[in-house]
Amino acid sequence: MSQPILEIKNLHAGVEGKQILKGVDLTINAGEVHAIMGPNGSGKSTLAAVLAGRDGYEVAEGQVLYCGKDLLEMDPEERAREGVFLAFQYPIEIPGVNTTYFLKAALNEIRKHKGLSELDAVEFIELVKEKMKILHLPEDCLKRSVNDGFSGGEKKRNEIFQMAVLEPKLAILDETDSGLDIDALKVVSEGVNKLKRPDNAQFVITHYQRLLNYIIPDYVHVLFDGRVVKSGGKELALELEERGYESLVGHELQPA
Amino acid sequence: MKETDPYLAKFDELIAPTAGRHPSWVFPLRKAGIARFAELGFPTLKDEDWRFTNVAPLAKLPFKPVFGANTDGVAAKAPGRFTFADLNGPRLVFVDGHFAKEVSTIPSLAKGLKLGSLATAVVSDSAFLEKHLGRYVGTEKNAFASLNTAFFQDGAFIHVPADVAVREPIQLLFISTVRETGATTHPRNLIIAEKQSRLTVIESYVRTVDASYFTNAVTELVVGDDAVVEHVKFQDESREAFHIATVHGQFGRHSRVNAHSFALGARLSRNSIHVNLAGEGLECILNGLYLTKGEQLADHHMIVEHARPHCASHEYFNGILDDKSKGVFHGRILVQQVAQKTDAKQTNKNILLSDEAAVDTKPQLEIYADDVKCTHGATVGQLDDDAIYYLRSRGIGLETARQMLIHAFAGEIIDRVKCDPAREELDKLVWERLEANPHVAEKR
Repeated sequence: MSQPILEIKNLHAGVEGKQILKGVDLTINAGEVHAIMGPNGSGKSTLAAVLAGRDGYEVAEGQVLYCGKDLLEMDPEERAREGVFLAFQYPIEIPGVNTTYFLKAALNEIRKHKGLSELDAVEFIELVKEKMKILHLPEDCLKRSVNDGFSGGEKKRNEIFQMAVLEPKLAILDETDSGLDIDALKVVSEGVNKLKRPDNAQFVITHYQRLLNYIIPDYVHVLFDGRVVKSGGKELALELEERGYESLVGHELQPA
Repeated sequence: MKETDPYLAKFDELIAPTAGRHPSWVFPLRKAGIARFAELGFPTLKDEDWRFTNVAPLAKLPFKPVFGANTDGVAAKAPGRFTFADLNGPRLVFVDGHFAKEVSTIPSLAKGLKLGSLATAVVSDSAFLEKHLGRYVGTEKNAFASLNTAFFQDGAFIHVPADVAVREPIQLLFISTVRETGATTHPRNLIIAEKQSRLTVIESYVRTVDASYFTNAVTELVVGDDAVVEHVKFQDESREAFHIATVHGQFGRHSRVNAHSFALGARLSRNSIHVNLAGEGLECILNGLYLTKGEQLADHHMIVEHARPHCASHEYFNGILDDKSKGVFHGRILVQQVAQKTDAKQTNKNILLSDEAAVDTKPQLEIYADDVKCTHGATVGQLDDDAIYYLRSRGIGLETARQMLIHAFAGEIIDRVKCDPAREELDKLVWERLEANPHVAEKR
C-alpha cells in the first residue's frame, strides 16, 4: 500500500477562540471516496476550512499530512498547487475577473509547480471545451466574470468544472449538494464521478444522505461535536438517513 | 490686492486690445466671463461645491496665460508617442492650448462634418458659433469656466451634421510643454452632434514636461435627438500640475451618451461634469476611474439634471488611491418635477492601498418628481478577503490575486468604453500603472 493521500491525526481546531474540532482522526487513500456527515454545528465546515487553509482558523493540536507532507504549514495557494482542491459551499463572486483568464492562470500556476510547461491560449481552450461537456456548462460561463450573476446551480457546476480542469489529487467537496435541485445534483454528481481515478481521492462533506445516492462513497464517517464518532461503509449513510443523527450518536456517545 | 486682480490686469493688458480682431460677439462674451470671475473669485472650502478640494495653492500661482504655441518640443517627441497614438482617425493636436496643424492629422471627412480649430471657426463659422459657443456651459456659479471664457485661445470645434455617422474616433490631444510655473492654458471645445448622428471623441490631456502649469479646460457637448455619442476624457498631466475641467452636456430626446473620465495625473484635478438631460427617453452613462498616489487629489463633481421624463442616468466612478492621496466624488442628481419615470443610479467605489489615503464621497439627491427611481451607493475599503482567498485556493499566489482584483476593479470602468481600440489602450495603460505600483501586490 502506497502512502495515504490524507492523514488527519488528532486534529483540534477552532475559530475565534472557540474549539470546534476536538480530535479528528481520518485517513484517505488513493482511489477512495470518503464522505463525512454530521449535523449542523458538528464541525464539517471547520474541517473543510482548515484543510483548505482559510484564514482565521487556529489549529491547537494534531497534524494533517497530505502525501506525507505537513499540510497545515502550507499557504492556500501551495496546497492548491500540490493538488488539494476545495469545492466551496458558497462560491465567491468576483466581478471583473474573467473565468477563462482566472482558470488559465490557476492551471498554469499548478503546472509550473509540477514542472510542466504552461498552456497557451489555444491549448487551454481545447482542454476547457472538453471539460465543459462533462458539466453541461454553457460556453458563455467562460466569458463571464467568476461566478458573477451565476445561479446557485451554475456556481456549483462551475466549482466542479474547475475541479475537472485543475485535476486535483484530493478534492474536498463542501456541501456541494446544498441549494441544488435534483437535476443539477445529478449533473454535478456525474461530473464528480467521472473525475474519480485510481490515483486521486475525494472527500465529500455533506449534511444529507441525498448526495450519496449519486456519489457512492467507499467510506462514511459521522462527525459529531468535533469528533468522528462512527465510521463504516456506504450503508452507514442509509442508516443515518433512516434513524437520524440523534439516535446514532446518542447510542455511540454513551460509553464515553 | 485681491486674488483675482492679476487676472483682471492680464485681461485688460492682453485680451481687451485684441477685441477688434474677432467677430463682434466674441469680446462681450469674454468680458462677461471676466466680470463673472471677478465677482465669484476662487472658490474656497466654504463653498459647498468645493468643500473637499482646496484650490488655494492654485490661486497662489503666478498667472501666466500662454499665448502662442511652440511646437518644437512636440515635434521632437512626435505626437505618435502619446496615449492613443495607434488609433486610426482624425487627430487634432493642441500644444499649450493652441492648434498645431503640422502635427495634426485630418483625413478626408464625411460630407458636412466640420472638424478643426475653434479659433479658426470663430471667424469662418462666426454666425453658427455665436449661437452655440458659451450658450450651454453655466458660468453663473463656475469661476473656472468664467475664466476660460475670458481667456480661451483655441480648442476643437466639431460639428457633425444630422444623420452622419463618424466611424472613427476623433482625437483631441492637448499637450502641455511649458516649464514655467503658473503657465496657464484655457482649452475650449465645442462639440455638436446633430440629430441621429454618431460620434466618438477622445479628449486627452498629456504633457512633455513636469511643471506647475495650469490647464483650465471647458468642453461643451451638445447631442441632438436620437444621436449616439461617446466622449472619453483622459487626463495624464504632470504630477505637479493643476487641471480643472468643466464638461457641460446638453442631450436631446432618445439620445445615448457615454461620457468617461480617466484621471491619472495632476497634483490637483477637478472634473466638473454637468449634464442636462433635456429630451425624453434618453440614456446617459457617466463613468470614471481615478488613480492617485503621492499627494495627488482627484475630484469629480457631477450634476445630472433630469429635465424631461423617462430618462436614465447611470454614474459609475471607481477610485484606487495610494500614499497620502485623496479622492473626491460629489454626485448631485436633480430631478425636476416634470421628469417622471426617471431612473437615476449612482455608485462610487474606492480601494485604499494605504492607510493614509482618503476619500470624500457625497451623494446629493434633489427630487421634485414623485414617480422616480433613484439609487446611490458608495464604498471605501480594502480588497475583498474572500475573493483573495478564493483565488489563492485555486493556486494563484497572494500578489497575483491582489493584482487580479485591482485590475478587475479598474476593468469595471474601462469595460464601459465602447470604442474598442481606446478601451484596449486604456486597459493596457492603467494596468501598466498599477503593476508598477508595489502597493498593489503587497498586503498592507
